[in-house]
Amino acid sequence: MNINTTKVISLLFFIFSAFYLYTAYQIQVFAFDENAPFNARTFPIYLGYAGLFFSGLKLILPDPNTIKVNHKTLEYKKTLILIIIAIIYGTTILKVGYFLTTSLFLFSSYYFLGERRWVLMFLLSFPFVAAFMYLLHGVLDIYLRDPFLQSIGVMG
Amino acid sequence: MIEGILIGLTTALTLQNILMVMLGCFFGTIIGMLPGLGPMTAIALMIPITYGFDPATGLILMAGVYYGAVFGGSTSSILLNAPGVPGTVATSFDGYPMAQQGKAGKALAIAAWSSFAGGTLSAIYLLFMAPSLSKVSLSFRSPDYFALMILGLTAIAAFSSKGQFLKAMMMVVLGLMLASVGQDSLSDITRFTFNNMNLTDGISFVLVVMATFAMSEALTIILKRNDPTSAAKQVSLTELGSIKIYKEERTKMYKTIPRSSVIGFLIGVLPGAGATIASFLAYGMERNIVNDEEKEKFGKGSVNGLSAPETANNAACSGSFVPMLTLGIPGSGTTAVMLGALLGFGVQPGPRLYMTNPEIFWSIIMSMYIGMVILLILNLPLIPYIARILAVPKNYLIPLILFFSITGIYVMSFNNFDIYLMIGIAVVATFMRLYDFPMPPLILAFVLGGLMEENLRRSLLLSNGSWEFLWDRALTACILLTTILIVVWHMYKTMFKKSKS
Repeated sequence: MNINTTKVISLLFFIFSAFYLYTAYQIQVFAFDENAPFNARTFPIYLGYAGLFFSGLKLILPDPNTIKVNHKTLEYKKTLILIIIAIIYGTTILKVGYFLTTSLFLFSSYYFLGERRWVLMFLLSFPFVAAFMYLLHGVLDIYLRDPFLQSIGVMG
Repeated sequence: MIEGILIGLTTALTLQNILMVMLGCFFGTIIGMLPGLGPMTAIALMIPITYGFDPATGLILMAGVYYGAVFGGSTSSILLNAPGVPGTVATSFDGYPMAQQGKAGKALAIAAWSSFAGGTLSAIYLLFMAPSLSKVSLSFRSPDYFALMILGLTAIAAFSSKGQFLKAMMMVVLGLMLASVGQDSLSDITRFTFNNMNLTDGISFVLVVMATFAMSEALTIILKRNDPTSAAKQVSLTELGSIKIYKEERTKMYKTIPRSSVIGFLIGVLPGAGATIASFLAYGMERNIVNDEEKEKFGKGSVNGLSAPETANNAACSGSFVPMLTLGIPGSGTTAVMLGALLGFGVQPGPRLYMTNPEIFWSIIMSMYIGMVILLILNLPLIPYIARILAVPKNYLIPLILFFSITGIYVMSFNNFDIYLMIGIAVVATFMRLYDFPMPPLILAFVLGGLMEENLRRSLLLSNGSWEFLWDRALTACILLTTILIVVWHMYKTMFKKSKS
């Protein structure tokens, strides 16, 4: 059986809107605001109903412009690896510091995308990040915390 | 107005700001040339850098990126038949055949001069229209603003969705939902934070733009195995030919440019319409106006056919600044990104911007003109070389886009929660893109969410909870009627198309 993915997304959006609407009704407002014409929950409640309305319509109405995606041609593996590298980057950046994590993020991304020109990979990671860091930190005066560079005495 | 122009010129002509326009145009041209990466991505990547400058300089940089990206899009349309941005699709109809006839240099020159003339004329229209519209819009009240925002969101959903209006409306609602996360602006009550302190201040605008455009576009390129740089490798430096435009061709352009600039500017002013519709309309109009002999040349390398959409798309870019600068309501996804950036600077665009921050208001208008001049002087002779820069392999380009996106968020908050949130939104956006859910309506809704709630709050409180405010004032009723007409027209068009097929 073929499942129309757009309909599945619409169904997920319908469920999400229902959850949003339920949460909107749970928003605690001040007692004196409870019966006011407008309070903190009014707008979200309208949005919840709007979400249900549009996704409901999309679910019910026929879909003449069905989008067909051939999943076999999609590059899931590399995309997933890139996402994982980005998550690891996010996890380590505060502890290790901007310079090392960013350089390693770039270097590993080049590698997993199939690049093997090591010198170019190195130049476009470590020295590139150092130059960019100088631009941010030194020129634009944007503070970048870096425990690694501090531990080796490069940064004050 | 003369005083304003002088203020604008003084601000825009500082060495730093001229440098910013040049940088913006150059960077924008590169990004705009890459099919799939449009002005919104280019501007989004620039936002964190602009926060290091004052608002006028930051906006000048972004305006330069915007024009550069549109120009870059035209270049790839002409040289490669691969439009970098939707607004330059019509450019390829006659630009590419001209390039195939060995007149790529001439096609680029016609596009550059038409862009320049279109941009210049529309900057003049803007110069006269924006201050007067600012004065008129001072009489706008909350119900009018609320109705205008509904109109803007409906229009962008109708125009950007390629027959998928409901999908676009779902994205509008999603954008508004994302904007509702965090503290309520009036009561400070937290909403949808699920006791997570990181969400108390709401979701950052830059984060949403980076996730839905820069990052998700990079992931889409990998997922679909696209290589935006492959086409650039085909560009030959030696086969461009002369850039000289002959008198006969110039005569044709003199007639095309004024009418296309007017149509482009007016379409640009309309919320949601923008450069794509403007360029197609100008192309169609030009085809109907010219004589039969010239009509035959359309699609085979016509000068009029190339000049009209190029003039119109640049004029529409200037036009789209009108609602943003005068009403504080962006008319397109790109100006929505710029509005978000302005709010980040602590500047509230709208009718009072003209009086409270004249240097910003006028310097943006002046920098548009300077941007046009720079695009003409710098980019035209440099295009083949810029095209060569684009031959950077995808394996380097994608990690660099991801790097700029993540760094952009990190330097703003120094919080890894924002990085996780950005990755999460980008993954969802990538998946939705696969099924043609448009992102510009989401961004516009996200930017307008707070303002919309604020104006609805005021309207409902003043009318004591009654929805009569929607038709009490003639102006509000007219705006809502226009919204209804757009929806009806769109439904009619879809049904007509269906019955025809």
